[in-house]
Amino acid sequence: MTTCDQKDLFTYVLRLGDSGLVLGQRLSEWVGKAPMLEEEMALANMALDMVGQARNFLSYAGEVEGRGRGEDALAMHRDVGSFSNLLLVEQPNRDFAYTMVRQYFYASFAERLFEQLQHSADSRLAGIAAKAVKECRYHARHSGLWLVRLGDGTEESHQRVARALEDLWPYTGELFEMDEVDRRLLEAGVAADVQAMRTEWREALNQVLVEARLPLPSDEIWMHSGGRIGRHSEHLGHLLATMQILPRSYPDANW
Amino acid sequence: MYTQGLDQADTAAPSPEEEVQLRDAFQARIDAEEKIEPRDWMPEDYRRTLVRQISQHAHSEIVGMLPEGNWLTRAPSLKRKAILLAKVQDEAGHGLYLYSAAETLGTSRQEMLDQLLSGKAKYSSIFNYPTLNWADIGAIGWLVDGAAIMNQIPLCRCSYGPYSRAMVRVCKEESFHQRQGYEIMTVMARGTDEQRQMAQDALNRWWWPSLMMFGPSDGDSAHTAQSMAWKIKRFTNDELRQKFVDVTVPQAHFLGLEIPDPDLALDEETGHWCFGEIDWQEFKQVLSGNGPCNAERLGARRSAHEEGSWVRQALLAHADKQRERSSAHEAA
Repeated sequence: MTTCDQKDLFTYVLRLGDSGLVLGQRLSEWVGKAPMLEEEMALANMALDMVGQARNFLSYAGEVEGRGRGEDALAMHRDVGSFSNLLLVEQPNRDFAYTMVRQYFYASFAERLFEQLQHSADSRLAGIAAKAVKECRYHARHSGLWLVRLGDGTEESHQRVARALEDLWPYTGELFEMDEVDRRLLEAGVAADVQAMRTEWREALNQVLVEARLPLPSDEIWMHSGGRIGRHSEHLGHLLATMQILPRSYPDANW
Repeated sequence: MYTQGLDQADTAAPSPEEEVQLRDAFQARIDAEEKIEPRDWMPEDYRRTLVRQISQHAHSEIVGMLPEGNWLTRAPSLKRKAILLAKVQDEAGHGLYLYSAAETLGTSRQEMLDQLLSGKAKYSSIFNYPTLNWADIGAIGWLVDGAAIMNQIPLCRCSYGPYSRAMVRVCKEESFHQRQGYEIMTVMARGTDEQRQMAQDALNRWWWPSLMMFGPSDGDSAHTAQSMAWKIKRFTNDELRQKFVDVTVPQAHFLGLEIPDPDLALDEETGHWCFGEIDWQEFKQVLSGNGPCNAERLGARRSAHEEGSWVRQALLAHADKQRERSSAHEAA
């Protein structure tokens, strides 16, 4: 056991769980719509990994909170304002290029985050991260390869992936934000230092983009923020409405 | 598109006498329970029958993802969502093995896909019915995958090697699918009044279409006799259908659900459940494109294919560029 504020730990773990869940939900929207059978499998596989990570984090968050809320209570019975996922992961799929850019941004970040969290002073968190890091590493490789193929593919694919990069770039600043909760937990050896990962994340991205013959995004761009404290884009409400319809409509039922 | 060089068209066609000899030797191997492998001589109609059957099977896996995809984003718990995601992923995987098995017979995946998208190829009629409540996902696992297993377990002993081997793996996964479906039904049948109603409603809608999955009655089945002689098929449609009914009726009773068939009765002497007449008119209509979701399902496959076209083109363009660069590099 670690000596840190349980409320802080709840907030921290919930944020990780919410990002996994919302990204998993987005990826699962692809089923039956992928451009080829191999990608049908890969997208479902990544969705499954994200939902799996979300289940682990949310169950743990519920235990830390100690109010009897399990993974489903947290996933299905909270509204937009209580969700603390990153804005990036709630952005719509739009097309395959958007989906792969979003996936690369998140997975390449999460890979580094979980690498550090494997060594967290909180052993539960460390255990979940140790499993998740392998999954995110694979997702980053898979989506990174697609960035290269699309960027260095046809005129159309190049334009589409370039636009996705431009549109999603302003959501990447939030990945590296740290507030008081993060700082206190970092001091207690529980949380990861995401600010310190930014340069490495950026260098890895630049390598992919050079290979993909895509322009490197500017650091001078204004970055959106707010997901981690419950201020979201309009997209999240629709995602939750779909995801939560059954448990909300039949609150007494078990499934 | 590239396929293995197994198409027999290039080799000189055997004379009629040779053909008779070859056929006799082929049948002798089948009768001796030997497996036929891709490079072995086989009658053209054996090859065609297998391509038709395997590709229909592959298409069914792919189209079968759609009714489930309809509930993936609305799965009522994270556990159910994870299980359903794993299931549709398995189905895409089955589609891939099966297309590969069919490719060993000299037909490319592209040709098979074109036939599906043009509406020429068939897939299981069951997937032309809608999934209207969550219990439908349970019913699909329990009944549809249950019926599929009845059909597929004998296929593990099919005379064509690549198909039989693919089926061994497919069957293992199908049996997990069937169990998770029955588990959904169990939870719903023992749940709230509303859940129980959903479970019964799902059974009412999926029961008869599931029986139709075994195909026409033996008397009307065009391919049964030849397929049995070739050991592609081991049991007739009616035999398998009866087996399915016998296994499934007690499972429904255990759940306290009612099978929507007033003629259903246990024959004490044979131990078999007798059931009412299938609405063959409905079966024919669904097969010929007039089921409730035929247009929807084909439309979904077509639009995924069209919308993904730029991605596939990019993949090829990138591969070409890579090749050019590496040959330019070697030349330098």
